[in-house]
Amino acid sequence: MEDVATLGFIATTIGATWRLATPLIFAAIGEVFSERAGVLNIGLEGVMLVGAFVGFATMFAYGSLPLGLASAVAAGAVVGLLFAFFTITIKADQIVVGAAINLLGMGLTAFLFRTYFVGTGRGVEIAQPLDIPGLSDLPFFGEAFFRHNAIVYSTLLVVVLAVVVLYKTSFGLTLRAVGEHPKAVDVVGRSVAAYRYGAVMIGTGLAGLGGAFLTLGHSNQFVENITSGRGFIALAVVVFARWSPVGAFFVAMLFGLFYALQLQLQAQPALNIPYQALQALPYVMTIVALVMVRNKGDTPKMLGVPYTKA
Amino acid sequence: MANIENERPRAADTDIMGNAMSMLVRIAQAIALPVAAVLVALICGGILLSLNGFNGWDVFSVMIVGVLQDTRSIAEILLKSIPLILIGVGLCVAFRCSIWNIGAEGQLYAGAVAATIVGVAFEGLTPWIYVPLVMVAGALAGAAWAGIAGLLKVYFRASEIVTTIMLNYIALIGTSYLVTGPLRDAASAYPQSARLLKEAWMPRILPPTRLHIGILVAVALAIAFYVFLFRSSAGYAVRVVGINANAARYAGINVGRNIMIAICISGGMAGLAGAFEVAGVTRRLYQNISPGYGFEGIAVALLANNNPIGAIFSGGLFAILRSGSELMQITAQVPQVLVSVIQGMVILSVVAFGVYRFRSASRSQ
Amino acid sequence: MNTQPFLRMDDIHKRFGDLVASGGVTLEVEENEIHSLLGENGAGKSVLMNILCGVLSPNEGQIIYRGEPLRLGSPREAIRHGIGMVHQHFMLVPNLTVAENYVLGQGMPARVISNMRDVYARIRELSERYGLDVRPDALIQDLSVGEQQRVEILKVLFHGIDLLILDEPTAVLTPQETDRLLVLLRDLVKDGKTVIFISHKLDEVMTVSDRVSVMRDAKVVFTTRAADTNPRELARMMVGRDVLMELPRTNRTPGRTVFSVDGLSCDNEIGLPAVRNVSLEVREGEIVGIAGVSGNGQSELALAMTGLLPVTSGTISLNGEEISRLPPGEVNRRPIGHIPEDRHKMGIVLPLALTENVLLQRYNRPPFAKHGLLKFGTIAEHTRDLIRRFRVKASGEFDLIQNLSGGNQQKLVVARELARDPDFLLINQLTRGIDIGAMELVMQEVLKQREAGRAILLISTELEELFAICDRILVMFHGELVGELPPDRGRIEEMGLLMAGDRQEAARLAAART
Repeated sequence: MEDVATLGFIATTIGATWRLATPLIFAAIGEVFSERAGVLNIGLEGVMLVGAFVGFATMFAYGSLPLGLASAVAAGAVVGLLFAFFTITIKADQIVVGAAINLLGMGLTAFLFRTYFVGTGRGVEIAQPLDIPGLSDLPFFGEAFFRHNAIVYSTLLVVVLAVVVLYKTSFGLTLRAVGEHPKAVDVVGRSVAAYRYGAVMIGTGLAGLGGAFLTLGHSNQFVENITSGRGFIALAVVVFARWSPVGAFFVAMLFGLFYALQLQLQAQPALNIPYQALQALPYVMTIVALVMVRNKGDTPKMLGVPYTKA
Repeated sequence: MANIENERPRAADTDIMGNAMSMLVRIAQAIALPVAAVLVALICGGILLSLNGFNGWDVFSVMIVGVLQDTRSIAEILLKSIPLILIGVGLCVAFRCSIWNIGAEGQLYAGAVAATIVGVAFEGLTPWIYVPLVMVAGALAGAAWAGIAGLLKVYFRASEIVTTIMLNYIALIGTSYLVTGPLRDAASAYPQSARLLKEAWMPRILPPTRLHIGILVAVALAIAFYVFLFRSSAGYAVRVVGINANAARYAGINVGRNIMIAICISGGMAGLAGAFEVAGVTRRLYQNISPGYGFEGIAVALLANNNPIGAIFSGGLFAILRSGSELMQITAQVPQVLVSVIQGMVILSVVAFGVYRFRSASRSQ
Repeated sequence: MNTQPFLRMDDIHKRFGDLVASGGVTLEVEENEIHSLLGENGAGKSVLMNILCGVLSPNEGQIIYRGEPLRLGSPREAIRHGIGMVHQHFMLVPNLTVAENYVLGQGMPARVISNMRDVYARIRELSERYGLDVRPDALIQDLSVGEQQRVEILKVLFHGIDLLILDEPTAVLTPQETDRLLVLLRDLVKDGKTVIFISHKLDEVMTVSDRVSVMRDAKVVFTTRAADTNPRELARMMVGRDVLMELPRTNRTPGRTVFSVDGLSCDNEIGLPAVRNVSLEVREGEIVGIAGVSGNGQSELALAMTGLLPVTSGTISLNGEEISRLPPGEVNRRPIGHIPEDRHKMGIVLPLALTENVLLQRYNRPPFAKHGLLKFGTIAEHTRDLIRRFRVKASGEFDLIQNLSGGNQQKLVVARELARDPDFLLINQLTRGIDIGAMELVMQEVLKQREAGRAILLISTELEELFAICDRILVMFHGELVGELPPDRGRIEEMGLLMAGDRQEAARLAAART
């Protein structure tokens, strides 16, 4: 057992934690925007799948990583537009539409993958770790913090941007008001629907990016259901983080740790645990996390409630 | 179906002819909207096929002709409709209570596991006892698995949407553990359980086809849960909790208990579906016994506007689509997952046509 | 002043589907006056004012403002023209600060808000000038209702408004807070502002207005100088006939104690003490009132008395039986009726039929259920009977209750509770949000119950309602009962002091009387 807790193991685990947290960070921060504006999007899983597939397919066709990521964001936003149309314009139940988006995302990506890619078996070239002179080769810290690709580092940028936009701009102020007291926004002449559309599309765009990380920054292949529940875990992350972007970052990191431990411990033959027990870890911890947040006083008051003008 | 709140027995002194007419109009409306929704979804599916180099029209016509051509293929459709109807009916009850149980898939696996454990255990038991025992074991296990999410909701206010989905993954992983470990048939090259004892098999009702008594049980339960929801005190309580939890408390209805009732009914129905799959179709437990019946059940319930009687028909319809998609895969190399796309489209069209209306009254949270 | 009025709303029409909310309204307001707009609920006051401040746009008609036609696409444009409204339900976002609420929706969305110093300074300056006592960095959710209203008024001033519209501003205030508000309005007029004051309280309107317009059935039916009219005339114009200002009532000696509460305390939903050591008793044939500004524990008291909120200490007894620890389902089985505060939240289930609403507390027992199944024949017959007796306007017993007007919904709730033949009837807000016709009917029905010897407890924020039918009135403040008064309109000032929690001043006043 003692070889488990070596420094090398810890460094690798920390490194893997951040990598594995990356898709959750994107999706959860995106969902913070959406839920702060009062829209609960349980279709995140489907959106992430679409992002993962579109990113992969674009990369496959054009070989450009920025283009792949951009198209994944765009695809996520387009799915978000569909979700927003049904939930905001038609005012349908957000949960029902979210469930439909999940089915569509799962079905469409699997259908297109099987139609076009299943025989090829080829992967794409994924984002490579950046070599930061002087830092990447540091013992321990190099492995843990300075040997990641640009997408992983960009999570920091996204957190900072999210904080600035939500708390320091007029847009963010209005967006937060929309989730608490939409009428107050309406009477100052701002469109509640427009803000909700915007919030949903920011959310799904980021979720698309999170999905694309899986195919363009982590594994080099698309696999059916590659997200395996990350969209749903992101929903729990948002609750646990109390609708704060910085909180979402750290809670997502915690879940990244569960994923990392799962992989790292599976690689330890000395441990006599069935691998399924480790596989189940992130899912069990999601439930534990939800149970631990007892007081949900911070929930946006109008979460899930369509807005009708007077 | 479209507006179940209106479907009450009228007072005897009202005009019987007018009554019959308005009843017909209501039924026509109730049927027209889901049919339109399904047509729109199929058209979208056809467009998707055509865009990707298939001939949508040919695929669908081959599919419909193919699946309805003889007794055997119709029996296969009925066989597939069993889990769909059961899960759909259970979800009608849960959704009427505003419980968003997205975890029927995991509850199905819980039921299948329990049915397997029971189904391999008791040698020499008469089918008269064994068959019901397997069904009860499946239903109880499914109800218990769903009950976890129910308890977490009632006592910790944990969203059942997330917990039921997490329990799906845990159930799938658990099944994988069981069939590679404790329940694995040592004689088999594949990770699967031993075969269930013959006495535990579901009796077949239309030999030589595989159709078994599950279809009768499913239809009977659909009718029973219709009566439960719309004609009984207990079902009334479930519905009031679903529409307005505060009014329910005011009426002396125990909200937590009704949430548990609704979620356990939906879980029990999914568990029963799992028991039917292992004891009626596969006869062994293995990793992927369900092709996503649990998720399809959501579409079944929504298309039926959460009316258990309607779920018989919507369940049958989705069974046709599923059989058809299998046929498409074989004859036209159309990926079978197209069926998920069509399900998603059906839900969206149902929503768009307003068959499923958002009830603005509070959820219990 | 020239001949052109400051504001003229000319032949304004507004329809929502079949509902006519404004049917050709014409209203003229002079510059620098307080113009009251008086009318029953549903007379169309709020809709008219929402048109004036750009929230709604009219189907027909035009607005002439400062001599020019005014077309408003949004409230922002109205604010640009110097027109602002203080809504009945505050338009303040609870988890933002005062200053953040003031800048909400101002400027380009991409604008970065970093320096709020100017905003703070402006708020402080205005707050001082009008003695409003508003702190720019306070979170709205930490403020009392009265404070929030001051924040709302200051918001309008902050935006540089000349024409100020207040929609039922006094509904949530104590009499003293109301007086303070009316003084503020006069100050504003002195500063050159114009005020439109919406109310249905005749005395306030008489006190504060320069002129009064009365709305009825979606039209302005009457405009006059306040000095030239009297409350009785205004009331008649409001309802179109003479109102019963006093309901006939017999003198009656109360009988035995039916319901009593002793030392009752309980917490609110978030676990803070809401009711403190309340004791009271209600006897046969008496109507006891509980007055108070909303939010002083009345809601929690009502819920606790019916088993809907757990009691932290004290006892509740009905006909000598201790019921404070019974679950609501058990309390329902006792002869106790409860007309709840907010019928949409609790009293009815909107998307269900009238029959299924009548069924509510008795869904699982005879005569409505047998062997676990509902007996729709019996239920329908009973519902038809209630519809007839209480003159509920509905197309039939299977009509969905959401298709009924508020007054008819309330009549059905009252009918249902009375039909349960209760020994004790708890009423929390009898006439809230219903028209005057329905109001008289339900008040008379409640008086009939008093004649029949029932014990009745009426919790209300409307003093008029309490004075009209109660035998004695208790006053609640901060979760406590702070005094008891007879239903004597002459002692309204004392009551106001008690409602504001000023027991000493109230006692001094009472002493001065004798």
